[in-house]
Amino acid sequence: MARVATARRVAISTISAWLVGFLIFFPILWMVLTSFKTELEAFAVPPSFLFFHWTTENYATVQERSDYVHHAINSIIIAGGSTLIALLIAIPAAWSMAFAPTKRTKDVLLWMLSTKMMPSVGVLVPIYLIWRDFGLLDSRIGLVIILCLGNLPIVIWMLFTYFKEIPKDILEAARMDGATISRELIYVLTPMAVPGLASTLLLNLILAWNEAFWTLNLSTLQAAPLTVFIASYSSPEGLFWAKLSAASTLAIAPILVLGWFSQRQLVRGLTFGAVK
Amino acid sequence: MKKVHGALLGAAALLLSSPSIAETSLTIATVNNGDMIRMQALTNEFTAKNPDITVKWVTLEENVLRQRVTTDIATKGGQFDILTIGTYEVPIWAKKNWLVPLDNLGADYDVGDLLPKIRDAVSVSGKLYAAPFYGESSMTMYRTDLFQKAGLTMPENPTWDFVIDAAKKLTDKEAGVYGICLRGKAGWGENMAFLTAMANSYGARWFDEKWVPQFDTPEWKKTLSTYVDLMKQAGPPGASSNGFNENLALFNAGKCAMWIDATVAASFVTNPKDSRVADKVGFAMAPNAGLGKNANWLWAWNLAIPAGSKKVEAAEKFISWATSKDYTKLVASKEGWSNVPPGTRTSLYQNPDYLKVAPFAKPTLASIDAADPNKPTVQPVPYVGVQYAAIPEFQGIGTAVGQQFSAALSGSTTVDAALSAAQSSTEREMKRAGYIK
Amino acid sequence: MSAHAPEPNLAAIPHLAPDGRASSQITQAGPTAPRQMQLLARALLTPAVALLFIWMIVPLALTIYFSTLHYNLLDPETQQFVGLENFRYFLTDPAFLASLQNTLVLVGSVLGLTILLGIPVALLLDQPVFGRSIVRLMVIAPFFVMPTVSALIWKNLLMHPVSGLFAWIAKLFGATPIDWFNDAPLFAIILIVAWQWLPFATLILLTALQSLDEEQKEAAEMDGAGAVSTFLYITLPHLARPITVVILIETIFLLTVFAEIFVTTGGGPGLQTTNIAFLIYSQALIQYDIGSASAGGLVAVVIANIVAFFLVRIVGRNLEA
Repeated sequence: MARVATARRVAISTISAWLVGFLIFFPILWMVLTSFKTELEAFAVPPSFLFFHWTTENYATVQERSDYVHHAINSIIIAGGSTLIALLIAIPAAWSMAFAPTKRTKDVLLWMLSTKMMPSVGVLVPIYLIWRDFGLLDSRIGLVIILCLGNLPIVIWMLFTYFKEIPKDILEAARMDGATISRELIYVLTPMAVPGLASTLLLNLILAWNEAFWTLNLSTLQAAPLTVFIASYSSPEGLFWAKLSAASTLAIAPILVLGWFSQRQLVRGLTFGAVK
Repeated sequence: MKKVHGALLGAAALLLSSPSIAETSLTIATVNNGDMIRMQALTNEFTAKNPDITVKWVTLEENVLRQRVTTDIATKGGQFDILTIGTYEVPIWAKKNWLVPLDNLGADYDVGDLLPKIRDAVSVSGKLYAAPFYGESSMTMYRTDLFQKAGLTMPENPTWDFVIDAAKKLTDKEAGVYGICLRGKAGWGENMAFLTAMANSYGARWFDEKWVPQFDTPEWKKTLSTYVDLMKQAGPPGASSNGFNENLALFNAGKCAMWIDATVAASFVTNPKDSRVADKVGFAMAPNAGLGKNANWLWAWNLAIPAGSKKVEAAEKFISWATSKDYTKLVASKEGWSNVPPGTRTSLYQNPDYLKVAPFAKPTLASIDAADPNKPTVQPVPYVGVQYAAIPEFQGIGTAVGQQFSAALSGSTTVDAALSAAQSSTEREMKRAGYIK
Repeated sequence: MSAHAPEPNLAAIPHLAPDGRASSQITQAGPTAPRQMQLLARALLTPAVALLFIWMIVPLALTIYFSTLHYNLLDPETQQFVGLENFRYFLTDPAFLASLQNTLVLVGSVLGLTILLGIPVALLLDQPVFGRSIVRLMVIAPFFVMPTVSALIWKNLLMHPVSGLFAWIAKLFGATPIDWFNDAPLFAIILIVAWQWLPFATLILLTALQSLDEEQKEAAEMDGAGAVSTFLYITLPHLARPITVVILIETIFLLTVFAEIFVTTGGGPGLQTTNIAFLIYSQALIQYDIGSASAGGLVAVVIANIVAFFLVRIVGRNLEA
């Protein structure tokens, strides 16, 4: 930062940012705290913030009852697989639309988005029938396909947006210097696109991770990801807040870790200003 | 060298081609209530006795389970070998020949031991189509300490007038105690379960013999207005989004003087681990209006086998094990008698060990007996089912009506408007489904 | 080769590309791109387009087919062709207009909330903040949690009028707790959904801010522009495209919001929280009326297209350079 960051400025920014962050994060914090309470405490009035009887019994119950590891691995494969495949298809597509746009580019983009307009509920039965006939029910591949296609428009859109931000001049300069298109892609474009790629990867991974409709309906056991794991803790007759909180905390743990690493890529410092 | 090769190949072929006497794998779809979870934990006992069968569990919340299982069975997806379905689905699916009749559950299964009303609910033309493992009705639970303090005595068979009066007397909004907590959340199995049962006790019915909806009758008007007024005066805030769980939490926290809901709640409210008022709870039948029907319902969760299944034998073995008398004894030995699945067998209710630890056993049995799925209402009706009508359209109709009644409770619409909306939306659906012209 | 620092009077050039490099505009146009690149671009685009086309056309064809049938999953034998009857039935449902209104209110409100709050939060996170990574993670966290779980937490642990946290806080101040799901159910749902999607908007905007040229801002400051001016004339135009993307993507998702409603209010009380998606759900998976659900799905697509058309009219300009 070339601008002088006064200590006062940093202090104000820090306090406001932490306040905002805390407010937004609070419900989740509450959920994590609840996961360490007994069911009775979870619903108690007045609610206790930190001074309650801390217990790990909910985590033990959850562990015993369902196979967290199996579901977590499925989630990683399904969400990760579908997002990575979507990225592989989307990066070339977004590149071509951002750097060699035609008159129809905007129409194509809007058309892609329109493939998501049909509510999933409306096509459940047709898709179920197709999946049944192709033997894709309760298979990880089946879920990867559906989630990949479902998120593909979003991935393309987001990448398109970020690619558009990249100044053409840098690419032109590289081309003028004799770089071929592939070199251009690898050595010039990619480093500048890292923040965009990171945030696209993260957001779409989360969308796939939390996708509950298709994963619940098209999987039974073998391919069941964490969304199914959580669905089994929402009981119609019986108290479950503490256990659900524990199950949820376990379910978001892998994403929190991923989120931590990938959002650090959103770092300013790429030298746009250096191009003169 | 060639000989060894050949021998190895031969051995391999033999191993690979030997029929899998090894294993049949059963996938069971089930609801995640306490009894089922317990059964999951005890699966080893079954597989120890039947080493050639492995059991896999898919546990889901009730609505999701129903949706998932129905989609699968209707499209013949074949994803499940044993289904957990309620007494709502059994008659409908049995008539469509979607279920395998359970004739081979073994010599010592003792079908005659099943509680008669429950058995009726899962049989069609005398044949058993699903095996019940958990049965419930509804009853009145009340705080003995609050009643004593106010000088009131709860009769065994209270009338609605008594209950309404007591609720008003026991309400102390300042202290956060409400006279009565009742379901209000919209849903055919949520508020409509209770309201339908209540309507039955007031002499109302969903449809007349010609399938014409009856929401424009004085009996329904009395039911709904009594309910709304009672909750306004003696009910907790936010009632229109309270379902079973929310009311359970309120009762356990000591905020309700009375609660009319599923008999299974009794084991929760008397459990000191979950309830602050565990030792202060009394039980009585669900109220009546003097017309011969109580405001209680009948429900059971059952295990069934989808038609066309290739694993009928193994499935029958499991179902027989899971709903047998021996299973009950097994649960008792591991977790005590108060945790055995209630409401299915007469023998359980004659067992002194059980009666000793379950003060709610007798009222539960009496409640189950008082509900007749084949004759649920005062006036005759063309459907079976106490708190629902066992027709496929009921889920949608019940949900829409439930939404209207929930709105009446929340005050965003009047009782009359809600009834009229219920009448027109139900008529519309029944016409579309071809019941009325 | 690039035009140098921007002019001091920023207000005069609102449509210039934010990086102020006029010459880059010329190199973007398609026809002047080298032929080889055009062909390559077309080839790179093909897999995505082809896959999405199949993904769209197959379910669409089946849905259109089913929408002309009277097909109830529970009564498969009574299948018969009924033409447009399902559409008539779906559109004459007394719940239809109410659900349409609820859908539009829900989408509009959540869009408004997430963007109006997302911009300042993104700006804040762009500042030098001690422990910025942690704060960023905290702000993004709501997006991590499954929608059904979020809704349950909000409904029961926070908003419950007897035992929720908000009720407790209200009582501390001597006020009566708000009965959220009774008196303001749609607003409660809007709050929950907006909380879930705020991270999405914030993250996209924040990422876009990373590519904002610091030099421009510094030059403006040196020329005497205040913070507000800088924001209005440099930052905001730069964010125009990301904001458009956020609007369009969120709209697509918000039109089919359903899990939160299902878990908290079940569409009620009355019809106050029923939106089109929930209406279709009640046809498809409660009544198992596949014909009507398919018709409803097609109606939803038409509505979404209309909404998108208007949106593109308003903000679509920003998609191009």
